[in-house]
Amino acid sequence: MTDTSKSEQVRQIIADTLFMSLEEIGADASQDSVRNWDSLQQLNLVLALEQTFNVRFKPEEFAAMTSVEKILEQLSLKGA
Amino acid sequence: MNDQGGTITLVDIRKNIDQAIGAKDASLARALMTELWSAYPGPASAPLILSGFQALEELGDEVDVNPLNVCVLRSFAVEPCVPILKATALLGHIKLDVTLGEFNTYAQDILSPESPAYAPDTDCVILGVQTRDIAPDLWIRQGKPVSERVADVIGSFESLINTFRSHSDAYLLVHNLQQPAWAGEGILDVASAQSQRDAICQINRGLVAAAAKHKGVYVLDYDALVARHGRANWSDESRWLSMRLPVAMENLHHLSDEWLKYLVPMSGRVAKALVVDLDNTLWGGVLGEDGVGGIQLDGEYPGAAYQAVQQVLLDLSRRGVILAVCSKNDEADALKVIESHPGMLVGTDSFSVLKINWQDKATNIRAIAEELNIGTDAIAFLDDNAAERLWVRQSLPEVCVIELSDDPMTFADALRRTPVFERLGLSSEDKQRNQQYAEQRQRDDLQGSMASLEDFYRSLDMQLDVFSVTPAEVARVAQLTQKTNQFNLTTRRYSEADISRFLNDPSFDVFAARVIDRFGDSGIIAVVIVEVEDTKVRLDTFLMSCRVIGKTVETGILSIIASELEGKGIKTLTGHFIASAKNSPAGSFLADHGFKEDEDLGWQIKLPAASLRVPDWFKA
Repeated sequence: MTDTSKSEQVRQIIADTLFMSLEEIGADASQDSVRNWDSLQQLNLVLALEQTFNVRFKPEEFAAMTSVEKILEQLSLKGA
Repeated sequence: MNDQGGTITLVDIRKNIDQAIGAKDASLARALMTELWSAYPGPASAPLILSGFQALEELGDEVDVNPLNVCVLRSFAVEPCVPILKATALLGHIKLDVTLGEFNTYAQDILSPESPAYAPDTDCVILGVQTRDIAPDLWIRQGKPVSERVADVIGSFESLINTFRSHSDAYLLVHNLQQPAWAGEGILDVASAQSQRDAICQINRGLVAAAAKHKGVYVLDYDALVARHGRANWSDESRWLSMRLPVAMENLHHLSDEWLKYLVPMSGRVAKALVVDLDNTLWGGVLGEDGVGGIQLDGEYPGAAYQAVQQVLLDLSRRGVILAVCSKNDEADALKVIESHPGMLVGTDSFSVLKINWQDKATNIRAIAEELNIGTDAIAFLDDNAAERLWVRQSLPEVCVIELSDDPMTFADALRRTPVFERLGLSSEDKQRNQQYAEQRQRDDLQGSMASLEDFYRSLDMQLDVFSVTPAEVARVAQLTQKTNQFNLTTRRYSEADISRFLNDPSFDVFAARVIDRFGDSGIIAVVIVEVEDTKVRLDTFLMSCRVIGKTVETGILSIIASELEGKGIKTLTGHFIASAKNSPAGSFLADHGFKEDEDLGWQIKLPAASLRVPDWFKA
């Protein structure tokens, strides 16, 4: 999977979890910049990423995944 | 990674769903969402299902939903379960409104009248408390005597249940306590007098007893749920410690499914009947190609998989679920297999209706629903063929089409997993239901072997009971005027208040009729309402349940009433036939019984009339 399509897939999952559209989640989106992205949604988001990419995130990784960029970083560390 | 081993990806199905919604094809979108959920149930798919249904609403999708308001009180995080629960429910035509008590305030929520548990339109409260939260020293053995703890914990549950019930009549669903994966005493625990496992079992039994003291309180066997998926695999301990979510991601939808086994019957959106295919569903192979000697149905592999399906059918039938067959086969050949193949566990008398023909299955399912006098929304459908399943899903989106994988070894489980067959209790009517339908089929079979129709009528040993309606029958009478469409002369719909008014009006007479024959008592199956004007009587309403059509019951009823009216000095009977979309069976009723049509006065007949005599096959 190319980098752009992986980025799009992650953005799509964030958009789905927050019931927003793909266009509203840019490549630079983060917990700080997106209004609905709070700690409850963080949990739902991590679970959705785990199901989609068939990976498990440890608590410390979970806490670090606060932006599209950081999520992509964690996924590539897991070889997903 | 998915339960069904499908090769189409989540991304692909999602694209197809978006296309279907874009093309405004609601039934295809719905069918694809069902496939998506079946292949990839879980937190990633749930938002897609929820927004998909949002889009369907905007498209004006027409399938009815049953609403249910649920409140979950808990000692652990359940928030991620909520979208999963709502998505699964929507696919089963149930719209859930879910509120949550605050994290771990379940006791305060039950004790406080302002809590969300007591919101006025709450239908069901779920109380989910973990062993480690209510009995921490049984979760991790601390060497104290367990017997005192057992009584304490049972007492806590009793108090919670009693308090809840004193404030609310809503359903209460209480999780029982799960066993730890490892007992503190290791292999000594199973035979220990201080057994940790045994203590939890005692608490769970005490919980069942406490629930049984009240109406509408149920125990959800959380321990059995966990055991089913493996105590070693159910939990995610680090997620419990960091997020208070004890259930591992891949098990969230299993918890949701278990809740639905209760919420579905509570909502009323259950399946009253199960329609099953034959080839590769009730037996292995295709009868038309493999012949009766080539189909697989026995205790070995793979025939045993199909016997397992038949065993589930027997279990469901005992629960009051009606069984029917819908198969594309030669009828005589298929019936022969059902009647006499040694591997069959069900027989022809297990089924209330058998549609074995070459018609499409949606048409057959509609006919089955009509014959059983139930809605298509109360039918579940089991068929190994994905194309047939898709056809029925698209033609009849309200039917519960059970999703199956390619592997027959999973079919019986798929049936057992389906929540639409669950019941909160069994009424005596449920237990009798299949017997009533079996009696009806015996009546129908008898018709085939009689030499003449008159012999057939005679063999039924019918007794007609025609009587003037009293207030006790008003509800049933009104219901019949509202439900009966086919043998209904004028299709006038009356409420209970209307019927009561007729009873109190001296110029109206309301009659009802029952038939008792050698197979049983039909209950009230006909209503006749007449208006008396001097020596003339007008038939305002003459209707009969389709269950008794074809046995001259209408002749008997009309004749008995005519005779009674004649005895009171009535000289003329009049009536009208008001045609509707469905009542052609009653179209020739008046003409058949000697009424003559008059342009101004409608149909009429003078009493006494030779054509209005009770046939002699009715017992006096």
